[in-house]
Amino acid sequence: MDNVLSWITFLPVVGILAILFVPKDNKNTVRIIAAVFTGLQLVLAVWIYRNFDSSTSAIQFSEQYKWIPSFNIDYFMGIDGLSVPMVLLTAFLSFICIFASWGIEKSVKGYFAMFLLLDAGMMGVFCSLDFFLFYIFWEVMLLPMYFLIGIWGSPSRTEEDGMVRGGPYAAIKFFLYTLFGSIFMLIAMLVFYFNVSDPVTGGHTFNMLHLMDQANHGGVLKDFDVRLLIYAALFLGFAIKVPVFPFHTWLPDAHVEAPTAVSVILAGVLLKMGTYGMLRISFPMLPDAMKWKYFAYGLAILGMINILYGALCAMAQKDLKKLVAYSSISHMGIVLLGMSGLTSLGMNGAVMQMFNHGTGTAMLFLLVGVIYDRAHHRQIDGFGGLAVRMPIFAAMMSLAFFAGLGLPGLSSFISEAFSFLGAFGSETFDLRLITVVSTIGIIITAGYFLWTFQRMFLGELNPKYAELPEINGRELFTLVPIGILVIVLGVYPAPLLDLIKTSLNELVEVVKAAEAPTMLGLH
Amino acid sequence: MDYSSIIKDNLISLNYFLPELLLTGLIIVLVIADLFLKDERSPWLSFVALAGCVVVLLSVIAQFDLGSRSLFQHMLVVDPFSVFFKLLFLASAIAVIFLSIASVELAGRPVGEYFTLLIALTLGLFLMASSTNLVTILLSIEFVSIVSFVLATYLKTRRRSSEAGLKYAIYGAFSSGLMLYGLSLLYGLTGTLNLYEIGDVLASRDSNGMALTLSTILILAGFGYKIASVPFHFWSPDVYEGAPTPITAFLSIGPKAAGFAVLIRFFNVALAGEPANGASQWSALPELDWPMILAVVSAITMTLGNLVAIVQTNIKRLLAYSSIAHAGYALMGVVVLSQDGIYATMFYLAVYYLMNLGAFLVVIVFQDLLGSEKIADFKGLAWRAPVPAIAMAVFLVSLTGLPPTAGFIGKFYLFAAVIKAGPAFYWLAVVGLLNSVVALYYYARILKTMFFDKAAEENSISVSPYYVTLLALLAAPTIILGVYWAPLQKLATNSVEFLRAL
Repeated sequence: MDNVLSWITFLPVVGILAILFVPKDNKNTVRIIAAVFTGLQLVLAVWIYRNFDSSTSAIQFSEQYKWIPSFNIDYFMGIDGLSVPMVLLTAFLSFICIFASWGIEKSVKGYFAMFLLLDAGMMGVFCSLDFFLFYIFWEVMLLPMYFLIGIWGSPSRTEEDGMVRGGPYAAIKFFLYTLFGSIFMLIAMLVFYFNVSDPVTGGHTFNMLHLMDQANHGGVLKDFDVRLLIYAALFLGFAIKVPVFPFHTWLPDAHVEAPTAVSVILAGVLLKMGTYGMLRISFPMLPDAMKWKYFAYGLAILGMINILYGALCAMAQKDLKKLVAYSSISHMGIVLLGMSGLTSLGMNGAVMQMFNHGTGTAMLFLLVGVIYDRAHHRQIDGFGGLAVRMPIFAAMMSLAFFAGLGLPGLSSFISEAFSFLGAFGSETFDLRLITVVSTIGIIITAGYFLWTFQRMFLGELNPKYAELPEINGRELFTLVPIGILVIVLGVYPAPLLDLIKTSLNELVEVVKAAEAPTMLGLH
Repeated sequence: MDYSSIIKDNLISLNYFLPELLLTGLIIVLVIADLFLKDERSPWLSFVALAGCVVVLLSVIAQFDLGSRSLFQHMLVVDPFSVFFKLLFLASAIAVIFLSIASVELAGRPVGEYFTLLIALTLGLFLMASSTNLVTILLSIEFVSIVSFVLATYLKTRRRSSEAGLKYAIYGAFSSGLMLYGLSLLYGLTGTLNLYEIGDVLASRDSNGMALTLSTILILAGFGYKIASVPFHFWSPDVYEGAPTPITAFLSIGPKAAGFAVLIRFFNVALAGEPANGASQWSALPELDWPMILAVVSAITMTLGNLVAIVQTNIKRLLAYSSIAHAGYALMGVVVLSQDGIYATMFYLAVYYLMNLGAFLVVIVFQDLLGSEKIADFKGLAWRAPVPAIAMAVFLVSLTGLPPTAGFIGKFYLFAAVIKAGPAFYWLAVVGLLNSVVALYYYARILKTMFFDKAAEENSISVSPYYVTLLALLAAPTIILGVYWAPLQKLATNSVEFLRAL
């Protein structure tokens, strides 16, 4: 199939056009169109999965066309083992989220149009290999996200301390934070453009494959100080998206105020873009800067802080959704730690963790949505004994909780173990102490998940909720596929691991081979 | 040169002066036609003005093939650079005529003088973009200023309009005075009024750096007033608020672009050395570091414009401050002294024309529908009048500089030019980009008011098909140029050429 990546990226845009022609009152038609287009997208993703050759680290399904020749901007798409799991995750969660959004009643057309635009943007980020194109997709996601949180999120309200909170506040906070990060990425991108030459034509280039080849670097990129600055600029852009402490404060607001499906996308896909960017751009393009000891240890220490700080914050939350949001910060810390050791084990663990956290946290947010739709609040202490009343819901929740805390047999156990072991066994840097301290996070995580489960589901049934209806078929339809994936990849992770390992091992080798100058510049 | 050859040169020059002559003719036609019209508010005059503009447009397009040529004893010039700006001015004039036709604000007022003045203003802008002599520069700037004063006070029964005109005139007189003094200093230093000769004189011998810097800063007062850069921006919020909105839209684009045209020509012809070995980068005079002066002005202008815009409650004032900030962005391209920079500035001005005009069009629509310019009154408008609200979202996103809109491409070229110039100006790129984040805050606040807040009334408002068409005509290219901008880029690239030496 030719141009499969263009199809998978732009199918949602076709969906938007279709939706625009539907009369406003045909809400179900709009929903069905959205489901059909994301469904087709999922089919294409599965096709890509089946036809992807995981024995090579080369770029596959590539498409390259001239776009703006005078600026050497190409429309260049292609995927390797790093992008494939992200493409699968995006297609899978987008499809699921359409059904999780079935209950949206306010301006249905607008909602699904925005959602599909977001979907196209995410897919484009994972498929593009031209930096300019990557940046366009990266930014295109901001606007739909702003509207999705602002219009369909919780309404504006004034807190007890006089602060205005709610969807509109969270939306602008998300927008400002992310734009702040991406402007630094834009500067880094332009510095790359003007200082890297295309080996064939000798002109400037945005082609990521050329940017990764150190032999093409010239001009100010020969200067190690500049390389460090550019690495820092890129890191800022990606760290805000992950989010890395101390840039995380947008996340609890955005996740909590967003509608359920948008929270799922935010936690499930958007956060991964930060770490994906690091692995796709920062590491291979500036491997020596990555290996500068302050940056390398800095990355591991920030990972550790994310793990511990996120877990401790999660434990302190009274609001279930906020707890899940902070648990995301904690789990993304594991990705950072796994990456920082530059071992094959850790790197594979990190990318698997990106995928597994995507599925696990999606389940959690969907389940939060289920209970919120019924009880209209999310206070953990406001429930109790729900297992009696809603046994299937409780079973689902326990599966998601156990996946979150990394129970052996469930998917995230494998990726977390790989990440920690990889970081601990690093030969490049001595990360043993940092890893050991980080593992405390696992205990805290187990603590808050189990404690929450106990408060919500065990003990006396709160009489207020004696009539709470059990989880319904549509909701189960969104949860069961994810649950199956969580269990299957927990028992048999080979399909995922095989997919990514060739590309990632190559990435590890490239970064490891780079020499980090120690006698230059800022040292 | 004897008299006969001077006369001959002037006669030949007339051939290249056709668009300006046509505009002059159009002015006369409008004045006379106004006498014969019984009904003061007849739409016929606007049609005459439009038809005239289209004829002028054709004659301007024909000028692209002429190359570069100095006219009237080096008073004026016709070159691709000036032709590009003339196109921009005509496009603005045509758009403003369309805005004025349906404007409720202008309803019931005599239109004869209005369109006459509008065309006269366009003629002034044409002359500004092609002046190559200190005298023509001063005269054309004054021409534009005086016509603008009158247009700003066109709603003379409205107090704010009169106030706007008065402030405009006082600031204008003040900055013209400063500029005149600067020009006289420059004449004293070089002994000539011709920009090319000034350039040669300054390049060939060491001048007093102190006097040259003083004269440049004073001259910058005149240009700064036209493009509304700090510290000569004080007039613009009041004038933007008080003037009839179609005129505000015109003032925010036409005179600003003309200011850039004359600024770029003046600095690059008179105050920059020839490019070494044919490179696309010029060098400033060693005794006068004007790129740094402009860089500082640019940084302060965009920062101040954006920060003050945050606290505005009136949409026209907000757009005034945002347009100050945009002048700061566009200046970045002039700072780097390169072909790429000038090209980026020109590209940006063309894009700015689309998105700013679009934003003002939405303001006019809302003004007609609600009778209010207060942002607070836009609450929930997206649910009552979705078409203008969505169009506004497109224009504001473009003004912020986010893809996939033309505004992003414009900013991208500006920042690319700055980064290309090397690490010396990285700081300016950082300041510019941080300003985009600040700008997002107040642009997004308008979106928040329109889309997120609850409307006071629920009933939907219908927008006339005329406005819907105009909105679509401006919004569509704003998005299309964000995805495929090669045609505009080609036009700007071909127009970067200006006559650099006699």
